[in-house]
Amino acid sequence: MTALHADTLAGLAARLASGECSSVELTRHFLARIAVHDAGLNCFVSVLEARALAQAEAADRRRARGEAGPLTGLPIAHKDIFCARDTRTTCGSRMLERFVSPYDAAVVERLDAAGVVTLGKTNMDEFAMGSSNETSYFGPVRNPWDPTRVPGGSSGGSAAAVAAGLAPAATGTDTGGSIRQPAALTGLTGLKPTYGRVSRWGMVAFASSLDQAGTLTRSAEDAALLLAAIAGADRRDSTSVEAEVPDYHAALDAGRGRLRIGVPRAFFDDGLEEAVAVAVREALAEYERQGAELVEVELPNLHLSVPTYYVVAPAEASSNLSRFDGVRFGHRCEAPQDLLDLYERSRGEGFGAEVKRRIMTGTYVLSAGYYDAYYLKAQQVRQLITADFARAFERVDLLMGPTTPTPAFALGAKTADPVQMYLNDIYTIGVNLAGLPGISIPCGEVAGLPVGLQIIAPHFGEAALLGAAHRYQQATDWHRRLPAAYA
Amino acid sequence: MRWETVIGLEIHAQLSTRSKIFSGSATTYGAAPNTQASLVDLGYPGVLPVLNAEVVRMAIRFGLATGCSIAPRSVFARKNYFYPDLPKGYQISQYELPIVHGGSLDIDLPEGSRKRIGITRAHLEEDAGKSLHEDFHGMTGIDLNRAGTPLLEIVSEPDLRSPEEAVAYMRRIHQLVRWLGICDGNMQEGSFRCDANVSIRPHGETRLGTRTELKNLNSFRFIDRAIRHEVERQIELVEDGGQVVQETRLYDPERDVTRPMRSKEEANDYRYFPDPDLLPVIIEPATIEAIRAGLPELPTARRERFVHAYGLSDYDAGVLTASRELADYYEAAVAAVPAAAKLLANWTMGELTAALKRDAVEIADSRVDARALAGLVARIHDETISGKIAKEVFEAMWAGEGDADSVIEARGLKQITDTGALEAIVAEVVAAHPGQAAEYRAGKHKLMGFFVGQVMKRTQGKANPAQVNALIKAVLE
Repeated sequence: MTALHADTLAGLAARLASGECSSVELTRHFLARIAVHDAGLNCFVSVLEARALAQAEAADRRRARGEAGPLTGLPIAHKDIFCARDTRTTCGSRMLERFVSPYDAAVVERLDAAGVVTLGKTNMDEFAMGSSNETSYFGPVRNPWDPTRVPGGSSGGSAAAVAAGLAPAATGTDTGGSIRQPAALTGLTGLKPTYGRVSRWGMVAFASSLDQAGTLTRSAEDAALLLAAIAGADRRDSTSVEAEVPDYHAALDAGRGRLRIGVPRAFFDDGLEEAVAVAVREALAEYERQGAELVEVELPNLHLSVPTYYVVAPAEASSNLSRFDGVRFGHRCEAPQDLLDLYERSRGEGFGAEVKRRIMTGTYVLSAGYYDAYYLKAQQVRQLITADFARAFERVDLLMGPTTPTPAFALGAKTADPVQMYLNDIYTIGVNLAGLPGISIPCGEVAGLPVGLQIIAPHFGEAALLGAAHRYQQATDWHRRLPAAYA
Repeated sequence: MRWETVIGLEIHAQLSTRSKIFSGSATTYGAAPNTQASLVDLGYPGVLPVLNAEVVRMAIRFGLATGCSIAPRSVFARKNYFYPDLPKGYQISQYELPIVHGGSLDIDLPEGSRKRIGITRAHLEEDAGKSLHEDFHGMTGIDLNRAGTPLLEIVSEPDLRSPEEAVAYMRRIHQLVRWLGICDGNMQEGSFRCDANVSIRPHGETRLGTRTELKNLNSFRFIDRAIRHEVERQIELVEDGGQVVQETRLYDPERDVTRPMRSKEEANDYRYFPDPDLLPVIIEPATIEAIRAGLPELPTARRERFVHAYGLSDYDAGVLTASRELADYYEAAVAAVPAAAKLLANWTMGELTAALKRDAVEIADSRVDARALAGLVARIHDETISGKIAKEVFEAMWAGEGDADSVIEARGLKQITDTGALEAIVAEVVAAHPGQAAEYRAGKHKLMGFFVGQVMKRTQGKANPAQVNALIKAVLE
């Protein structure tokens, strides 16, 4: 029998439904795992033991009343970017080290309503700015597959927690790859839905036109279960979209027609590590064996994704982070002499180096005299990239390629060179710029480290995306593998 | 050298919505500090703005009323700067693509002509909170009740040439926004305020001089005085060989001077960019047409109609259309006494307005409603009472003693028009004053007033003055 912490959400849901275990037992099991293993991994910024147990008890009562839904009683972890009422929400920053949110994010609210138990809040790159989880004020997260390596970022705490069996699933956010990249580096299924699919209400903003909430799970089926709960328009988020939310779970096995899969040539560039390319090509061959047709496609402007992103995202971030001024909430310096001193020291002390770098970059690209050359130009290129994808999807159902150029790299390997760090997101960033849904699923190993296959669908094509991922996972077992130390 | 003054105004009209522009908080003025500030207004991490659809309709109403174009697509932008009463570190405003642009409004010049003032644009934005520097012992208190209050910023072309024109234009806008029901126009509470861009140039010069911006002028008197002082300052400066520096100046009404706030060098680079949290505002032609259909008759049109329909002077029509409520009142009354339109206008502008002002009552709450005033004027018109008696009747009506007819009846104020009765009284009066009668007959005709007065005294004012006049004449001449 599968250990509780090795099971999927779907598996645990079945065990709860059959009465094999209660939500309280399940919750205690994961809290115990956190207590034992988290010191070495640093996945959690806050463990919400009392709250989790209270939620679990409520979930068990709900089940006893016969009112349980598909997720009732299942424990998960939330990335510490989601506000949760009366709970510390740090966003991985000293700025919010003591910030207790007075309200719930839409994602938290919806999952709470579904009866989900919140084990804790997970570590992340500061304000979601990073690809290795090394920019967190609360220290780096380690990769359960190899503790000398990074778990990826910015949702690195969520990824490591699920990979190590400290939570069966976790929420994340993806602005340039922050769900898919850590999923790839930790052997998980990481879903970034279409921009506007999930409400951003209560999600601390990094780059508003790119940020999207999603999930880190053990399987595409689990992603479907969670997405069904969090997807849908929200009056509080004007950019959330009034598109029908299909039954993602039912869609997993539907639409078994002949898939046309586009393989962007740009994804197999010089930066891609050969062993990763081999694993990804093997995954594509599996789809071919299942009857899919592979079509090479061009995304002529995709190579401009990283520079475009590093204009748009910092520009929005520089403005979004202005509210952290030491006046109403968050870090305030000791004994400010005057207003300027209050601002300079509160922000100087509250923000880490990477956040400062992006605020400065963003401020620069929006400045008078530079706006047209940088911000406006980047927006134009963004439209070209979006158009490239749209053209590709006229010919194919899905696009596939690697999620990252390499498997997990060593802690500290790229911290000295921000551009090298940024290039880790080279295959994921275009998807955010175009607002498309993308998923990373494990498709192999290189020297004992997981490798991710990225699948991209047209806007609101999550059902097709999940269906394709599920089909692969039916035929393979990469997604079932656990790091030996945490099996 | 003769100098020409060039002025453009940026008027901030607070839109009279119940809730804020991007949150559900109430906009009521005067609540305890920070009691009307939601998490959105406070700029909490993770919150998002949602546009109040009513502000869009209000902006469209204004745009249509001033002949502006309504942008089919307008965009909210972030204006970035740090200030403690600006919770997010940016103000959501409209920059490159405002909702309304390119219209005009006519103002009346003192010599009776009209001048067309261009309206460059009007855009929607949120107000900031208030910094309170007193009462906090060297610290600053922040009240965010006002943060997120909807504003329509109305930007004029630099078409104004004097403080008088600036005031006339501002009054016109003030009249219009109240007329349209989109702003309460309360200047004391800051619901209607303006910044003035002021420059001078030699007469005949077509290029604009360097301007200064005068901030936060919240009364018609301050606008006039602030501009007057600023123009004098600039002329003096330039005539002494100096140069005007582009800067923001604050008018200090206590000391009646303007002083610099910040110069261009210190000016913020606001780093405007489209707000990614808000979708572009798309306005369909059908929406515009529906709003156009619901617009009231506008002040200028109504004023012209008052001249033609009621035979009023342009001046009277202007006074009666100063506000929609007043114009509605007059029209409701005139419908009941169409033959006495001019007399009614006089009464509306005279006794009624004076009483409203004296007791600080809004016309909507007038103790003499339109029907009642029409009833009174009808009695003057049909000579039941004289104008003088009518004032007494009006006061009684104002005091709640009932309509004109019941006051006249109860107080026995009906005019004596019975010639026989009046002849007898006249005869008595003449007989009682033989000396004056003799003087009159000797040619001292100004004694007529004395005799009329005596008759009025005996009739308690109820005699018809014209009739009395004629009767006295008949006896004495």
